[in-house]
Amino acid sequence: MSSPVSSAALPLDERATDIDTFEYDNRIVRNFMIATALWGVVAFLVGLIVATKLVFPGFLAFIPPLSYGRLRPLHTNAAVFAFAGNALFVGVYYSLQRLCKARMFSDRLSAFHFWGWQLIIVSAALTLPFGFTTSKEYAELEWPIDIAITLVWVGFGVNMIGTILRRRERHMYVAIWFYLATFITVALLHVVNSLELPVSLLKSYSMYAGVQDALVQWWYGHNAVAFFLTTPFLGIMYYFIPKAANRPVFSYRLSIVHFWSLIFLYIWAGPHHLLYTALPDWAQSLGTVFSLMLIAPSWGGMVNGLLTLRGAWDRVREDPVLKFLVVGVTAYGMSTFEGPMMSIKSVNALTHFTDYIIGHVHLGALAWNGGLAFAMLYYIVPRIYGTRLFSVKLANLHFWLATTGILFYAIPLYIGGITQSLMWRDFNADGALRYPNFLETVTRIIPMYAMRIGGGTLFLSGACVAIYNLYRTAASGALIAGERVQAPRLRPELAPATAWHRAVEAKPLRFSALVFVAVAIGGAVEYIPTALIRSNVPTIASVKPYTPLEVEGRDLYIREGCVGCHSQMVRPMRAETERYGEYSKAGEFVYDHPFLWGSKRTGPDLHRVGGKYPDSWHYLHMREPASTSPGSIMPAYSWLYDAPLDTSHTEGKIITLRRLGVPYSDGFEQHAVAALRTQAEAIANGLKASGMNTAAPDREIIAVIAYLQRLGTDIKARPAITAAPAPGAR
Amino acid sequence: MSVIALLIGAGGLVAAGFLFAFAWAVSAGQFDDTTSPPVRMLFDDDHSEDANVQPRL
Repeated sequence: MSSPVSSAALPLDERATDIDTFEYDNRIVRNFMIATALWGVVAFLVGLIVATKLVFPGFLAFIPPLSYGRLRPLHTNAAVFAFAGNALFVGVYYSLQRLCKARMFSDRLSAFHFWGWQLIIVSAALTLPFGFTTSKEYAELEWPIDIAITLVWVGFGVNMIGTILRRRERHMYVAIWFYLATFITVALLHVVNSLELPVSLLKSYSMYAGVQDALVQWWYGHNAVAFFLTTPFLGIMYYFIPKAANRPVFSYRLSIVHFWSLIFLYIWAGPHHLLYTALPDWAQSLGTVFSLMLIAPSWGGMVNGLLTLRGAWDRVREDPVLKFLVVGVTAYGMSTFEGPMMSIKSVNALTHFTDYIIGHVHLGALAWNGGLAFAMLYYIVPRIYGTRLFSVKLANLHFWLATTGILFYAIPLYIGGITQSLMWRDFNADGALRYPNFLETVTRIIPMYAMRIGGGTLFLSGACVAIYNLYRTAASGALIAGERVQAPRLRPELAPATAWHRAVEAKPLRFSALVFVAVAIGGAVEYIPTALIRSNVPTIASVKPYTPLEVEGRDLYIREGCVGCHSQMVRPMRAETERYGEYSKAGEFVYDHPFLWGSKRTGPDLHRVGGKYPDSWHYLHMREPASTSPGSIMPAYSWLYDAPLDTSHTEGKIITLRRLGVPYSDGFEQHAVAALRTQAEAIANGLKASGMNTAAPDREIIAVIAYLQRLGTDIKARPAITAAPAPGAR
Repeated sequence: MSVIALLIGAGGLVAAGFLFAFAWAVSAGQFDDTTSPPVRMLFDDDHSEDANVQPRL
């Protein structure tokens, strides 16, 4: 009752109807909408380019920054963080203000968030094609950008929480909970997965190695899908479906159960990305169990969204907003059915590493995220421009282009993925692989890749129609930058800020518990890194650190994005050990900062490629893949033959890796470049002896060959072969 | 594999945070009424004065 509000002296019921007049900030919504549309087109276009390269490997292949391996992470980052990211901010900034009956907490923070995020996207576009990448999927951006992401994300969170604390509506609608979970969890995931030690301004090594790095990465990767592409869009679903249909959600109680069960289950499901890998079996089973349970809240949510339209299906026929919402939510149901199914080990054995996964994620990204994003744009633009949609016909055209595009995209990849996987595991009557040549399983599905280009083209053209339609809509009205509204002020004793304050202050026990948690975090942050490094002890004695040349070669492998098409993880199945060799062991990766297990085999697994072919084969193969493998769709890497290897950071790399626990002896960094030269000379001389007269020891290709020839060989080492251990090993 | 301690710790921390939030939400009466909020959100951005001056439910 000691509230400083001027109305404190008034009787209670009069205070309750004190009316505030304020404005919703529509300008920030508009800005994020423009960013969504523009980055969306960029993401789809880059996707189309990489898809085209799988059918015509020569397409734009001569420009290194436009090579497949470098563009693929640009495509995924643009789709996830630029398109879906800006779309989720549209949803939050539009609906949060209205649900809270409050303007965003701070216009400055809104602007900081908007411009900061766009700057991050631009810096991604300026680094990824030039090979500056950590290689960890959806976390490819290098450390300075990681720091910027953290700052901007915290700015977003403060702005959101500030708005919630100032709300004029006591009840927090379920969408707000989904937004809150997004902010908190993504912040944690990003920080934990991005712990890395810099070598230079744009090069760092993951703090974790091998299995540990893989586990952290897929804990992040899975939850990035969960908390960046799912929870915020569920919030959007719970806001925009009722709004567009003008009827309350089917069951509000179910939406609350949906939220709490989803967030408590989601975070433990990450290991399903690592089934049959060198991750310990119990961790794999844990991931499977939680993934299977996830179907319950996911489908609960989907059903809740669709049943909201009960009795309103006639409007779905007419309203493009509802059409996109229905297809989006249906695709969410499909994706969240596939997800748990593919978390079952026997199903996973079939679909993992194949194009099935690419189909699966595009169903989610194009139909669920894309569908909801475009539904939002069609809903919001006319409203904040005070006008009507320019053309419902064009919106319907967009809907059909997008929907058929998605079908032409996903179905061929489902078929191609299963076909290829069955070919990989097909044995003839004699017990030998029926398709021992990997390439044969690739060329078989190229028609599917071609159809996918058609699907992608349809989707992209739909998006272009949408942008034209939305532009004309906006042009026919005028932006209502500040939408004037009135709402009764919350009674002070119910105001959330006071309640929160009191909850902590008046309860010493609760306060102490919070302090303890805060201190525990601090302690853990200090202890865990050292414990992690100590735990990277070699479990297989013959596994040695990479030589300096191999380290450089490995970094080139990372730069060129080889991991986008080649796994380094032979699973313990006969079809794999027959094809590639001994299955991969956890102990073989203890010096791998970062891990390079990969998640897709467009080309064969490379973990046992070391020693499989002579150096000269690799030399010819990477200059012109079709020369050694007729029909190969691998791009040529001519620039590796021209560019001299940059050894200016070799010393720093050795020091950094040692700091991360790789046992290079003290002072080894001073001899690193000399050791690198010696090894490069030997390889170049060998190549010359086999007739490659142009082979020069100082070229990048030599380092790549050195790395490839080292891969997976340590475990085979008997004393005779360990004659060439990593120099400087302790 | 010791990294799993970090992940379980981090995951547990978030889970504990959400548990705390859940306890708060229940005790603050956030979920007492599941009938009016889904209906109320349908009307909350009506620009007309009338819609906004409605007494709170």
